[in-house]
Amino acid sequence: MTQPSLWRVLEPKWRTALQRIREERSRGGSGKLLLLVAVGALFWLTVYWVLYLVLRHLRADPDLGSLLAGKVLGVVLLSFIAILVLSNVITALSSFFLAKDLDLLVSAPVDWLRIYLAKLGETLLHSSWMVALMAVPILTAYGVIYRGGPLFAPFAVLTLFPMLVLPAVAGSALTLVLVNVFPARRTRDLLSIVALGAGGVVVLLFRLIRPERLVSPEGFRNLLDFIAVLRTPTSPFLPSEWATRATMGFLQGAIDPLPLVLLWTTAAGAVTLGALLHSRLYATGFTKAQEGAERFVRGGLWQLTVGTLLGFLPVAKREFVIKDIKLFFRDTTQWSQLILLAVLVVVYLFNIKMLPLHRGEQVGFFYVTLVSFLNLGLAGFVLAAIAARFIFPAVSLEGRHMWLLRSSPLELKTLLWSKYWVGTVPLLVLALLLTGLTNVLLQVRPFMMVVGMLTIGGLTFAIAALALGFGALYPQFETENAAQIPTSFGGLVYMMATIALLGAVLRALWTAVYAYVRAVYEGQPVVVDAWMISWFAVAAALCAAATALPLWVGLRRMERFEF
Amino acid sequence: MIRLENLTKHYGSFVAVDDVSLEVSRGLLYGFLGPNGAGKTTTLRMIAGILRPTDGRVLLGGDDVHRNPIAAKQRLGFIPDRPFVYDKLTGAEFLRFVAALYGQEGDAVDRRVAELLEVFELASWKDELVEAYSHGMRQKLIISSALIHRPEYIVVDEPMVGLDPKAARLLKDIFRQFASRGGTVLMSTHTLEVAEAMCDRVAIIQHGKIVAEGTVDDLRRQHRAGDASLEELFLKLTGGVQVRELAEVLGHGGGGDGAP
Repeated sequence: MTQPSLWRVLEPKWRTALQRIREERSRGGSGKLLLLVAVGALFWLTVYWVLYLVLRHLRADPDLGSLLAGKVLGVVLLSFIAILVLSNVITALSSFFLAKDLDLLVSAPVDWLRIYLAKLGETLLHSSWMVALMAVPILTAYGVIYRGGPLFAPFAVLTLFPMLVLPAVAGSALTLVLVNVFPARRTRDLLSIVALGAGGVVVLLFRLIRPERLVSPEGFRNLLDFIAVLRTPTSPFLPSEWATRATMGFLQGAIDPLPLVLLWTTAAGAVTLGALLHSRLYATGFTKAQEGAERFVRGGLWQLTVGTLLGFLPVAKREFVIKDIKLFFRDTTQWSQLILLAVLVVVYLFNIKMLPLHRGEQVGFFYVTLVSFLNLGLAGFVLAAIAARFIFPAVSLEGRHMWLLRSSPLELKTLLWSKYWVGTVPLLVLALLLTGLTNVLLQVRPFMMVVGMLTIGGLTFAIAALALGFGALYPQFETENAAQIPTSFGGLVYMMATIALLGAVLRALWTAVYAYVRAVYEGQPVVVDAWMISWFAVAAALCAAATALPLWVGLRRMERFEF
Repeated sequence: MIRLENLTKHYGSFVAVDDVSLEVSRGLLYGFLGPNGAGKTTTLRMIAGILRPTDGRVLLGGDDVHRNPIAAKQRLGFIPDRPFVYDKLTGAEFLRFVAALYGQEGDAVDRRVAELLEVFELASWKDELVEAYSHGMRQKLIISSALIHRPEYIVVDEPMVGLDPKAARLLKDIFRQFASRGGTVLMSTHTLEVAEAMCDRVAIIQHGKIVAEGTVDDLRRQHRAGDASLEELFLKLTGGVQVRELAEVLGHGGGGDGAP
């Protein structure tokens, strides 16, 4: 029997993707596409510009410049590989074991090699596209600074592709082994915790060793030590090192074929070994993947605590809140992200603590107040990102259950209310914690403490409302994975709207804060006059409008949902 | 009484339901039949208040589902064709949650939950997450959820799909008892034997329009079908030609067991 081509095996996937693009185009017209292209181009240009400046600076040093540039590239590619292995393990679990098309493929007379190659390609594409896109401005900056010429682009593709294949094979193989040991749904839970825990530890360690000290010359005993460290390869057995050597060799006009040969032969060997492993273990792994994660649970704790605490609410509201909390804490892929969040808070506060501000009384006061003020924007941005991950998908995740909610007498207002408060309360605690602790570490005066806490409080209500409102305006009912929802077009629009709000609120507050700083700096009494109050009122009005309007628009949109 | 007045639903230029008017009196078990894509599910979802009609209205006991939704939906139990339930809730938690949506709580709800789980043989699964339930068990759970608040009207889309014979028989008995006590059941089904055996009246919908309505005997008389079964009547009204063509294709294709 003639076997179908890989293209045919993957047909449902690419046809679905094409259809989704067509639907997106018909829904949003060309405006959406233009916006996406503009934001993407802006991001690329920023990365390119920053790296261009760094590399230009490095190139000016004939002795150390290229060594340092190679080291930077090596670190970037190594971090790509680390990210790719983790993301491939998680993606492979879905594409090889949990995807909806597997029942059809496995029951069809398609041979195992074709299924392996098709699913490996799918895993590779899903987990690597973002890294590949990120590599474009980075490699372009190298190409431009080192005058790589037009041949550098195909050479970079030739170098990067096998480097992307290797983590895909490794991730898929690791998943295959894990699924044979644990049921797939348990493996997913396990992987979420391990991946996020490992990610968190790496971020934490990276920050706590204070890498910024490495760029100060006093960190090394002499120049020779420094050069010796630079010349030592990070690890001669890592594909990222081969890719770095191949790229830098090409750019410096000393092409060495060995790293490229190593990359391609290792990739080919890895795919072969991966295929062999697949032929041995896939059938049993796939069978195991069909087992559910059977668990008896009792929800008494939530009922007792949250239920009692919210006893004053009508039963529908109360049970809706409890239901949302239970769903969050029973889904490992959701709650495990709190690990990263905790790491983020620690790193955030650590950075503030490390700022060299308290060197002189007057300068200290000015910078302390400035940092405390700018910190409101940064904390607002962090909160916006967290709301994008946890609050923005809230309406989309109810999509499959709308038959129940819409056919019951539950008012949509109640649904939105519950979603809003379940998201806002923890966000508010985090916001106050971040701002309060930061201000304590900065030793700000009571005026800035009060301004900071009130502003971040107002911003949190608005950010949560924007996340929920835009989540309702741009729902993704067909997506099962909550993590993919914020990366949609609606998520992008939400982030832009939130950044605009942060800018507007900080602008409104700046006049009042500036008047305060000036008064203290000049040793005059701080007068809270009508002028100052009017700017505080503008900031409060902006927050109030950004809270009420998105919720109202979101509610209107939800009333028009059809399922 | 469930009353549909000139109910119409357009999806762009496609007319899914075209000016349907229907009355289902109290105490009736009413069958809503039609081929795939005829507009059954769209009609039932409009009755349940999930879809908004393009035109016309739905009245449940005098309350307009879209103008006075809270009052209308209080009386309704809806059972969809696809059993999507919150995977991370247990069966008992899901039923209590649904009861809460109807404003009900307390010991009475706990007793009702236990009773329904017992009836549908899910009692031993009550503390297990729904993600571990089979398709049939989820269907039973959804049926339980539609009964938890003691509705006056049940609207059900393909009730027998995924149920084992024992549960199917149980459901038939429940619906019969429900109707005999004054409740109203409107159900769409492809299982014509079920419709013929259970339903007091049926409506057949095709291309979004009602093409026949009445008791099975009425339909036989109207279409001069003699002693024809509901299945023969259905095929005559909705697609007998295609069925004959299909039989011919299967016969010539050499597939399956070699139909002549």
